[in-house]
Amino acid sequence: MGEITLEKMSDQYFDVLKELGNIGAGNATTALAQMMQCKVDMSVPQVRLLEFKEMGEMIGGEEIIMAGIYLAIEGDVTGSIMFLLEKQAARHLVNKLMGMQIEGEEFSEMEFSALKEVGNIITGAYLNSLSSLTNLVIYPSVPDLTVDMAGAILSVPAIQFGKLGDKMLLIQTQFFDDMVLDGYFILVPNLDSYGRILSALGIG
Amino acid sequence: MGKVIKVGMADLNVCVSPDSITTLGLGSCVGIAIRDPVTKIGGLAHVMLPDSTTIRNNTNIPKFADTGIEELVKQVVARGANRSRLVAKIAGGAQMFAFQSTNEMVRVGERNVAASKKKLAELKIPVVAQDTGKNYGRTVIFYPETGDFVIRAVGKPESVI
Repeated sequence: MGEITLEKMSDQYFDVLKELGNIGAGNATTALAQMMQCKVDMSVPQVRLLEFKEMGEMIGGEEIIMAGIYLAIEGDVTGSIMFLLEKQAARHLVNKLMGMQIEGEEFSEMEFSALKEVGNIITGAYLNSLSSLTNLVIYPSVPDLTVDMAGAILSVPAIQFGKLGDKMLLIQTQFFDDMVLDGYFILVPNLDSYGRILSALGIG
Repeated sequence: MGKVIKVGMADLNVCVSPDSITTLGLGSCVGIAIRDPVTKIGGLAHVMLPDSTTIRNNTNIPKFADTGIEELVKQVVARGANRSRLVAKIAGGAQMFAFQSTNEMVRVGERNVAASKKKLAELKIPVVAQDTGKNYGRTVIFYPETGDFVIRAVGKPESVI
């Protein structure tokens, strides 16, 4: 296997990722709609390859407060996956889910677990689509959640990408119910997992 | 009031009083500020990884603590700072999530801090203050005029080290 860098990845790989993101987000949308018992729509995901310096701007500033849900993945594909949501959107989802109307700054412990569950369902749906398309076995770990500055949360996957190159891959998806929710997926496979995903999909 | 120079992730820059220099949302990355208190020339680096020698693709100098600090020192000296008067302050190196996925990834924040201190010690630049570790993000602003290193975090009062 030659040296893999994100810069050298083909357009085809991007299309695959976009499609994975699409299917995954579709599954996630269905799961969300079921959970919240309302209609949820989504837009076509945008796949972006960004320099570390550009990342903050892309998501609306390094200092905006976001909820980040992070899981380790094990099995045929190893690495991690993160789902990011702006705090206000996270608040909206939690309120809907719990049938409450809270505008507070802080999340309570129960809201925190509800949010973790949302993240779990969304990342789970994404990983399921990856797993069924590639026939690879993927086990997600228990999710961990933090609410902090976007830059600080993104430093965790960025550091993982930093070991391979100078760019990171971000999948942006918009969900709509009665408001627009901007969500970001970041899948960080370990180096040997890239090859496995690509060959399972018959490319690379 | 001078202007505020912005440093991104895996980036560094020089700053001369009355300007100040900032980097936003440090997580597991480390911000290293150095200055010469006499000429009031300083600089800030935002490094992501501890060691360039363990990574094959290592041409991005400001990404690593070892090469980034070396370059930062080189640039402030080129701007007119006195090499022997330099002092440093560091911030960041948090562990944002309670677990980390693989063993090598464990405590990357902590390793970034350790590598930064090691490099500064090697260059005989004393670390006069630090605010590192814990589990939250930090925005930092450095003033070469006073040497103040202002740290902001979500839900916490602003602090100066």
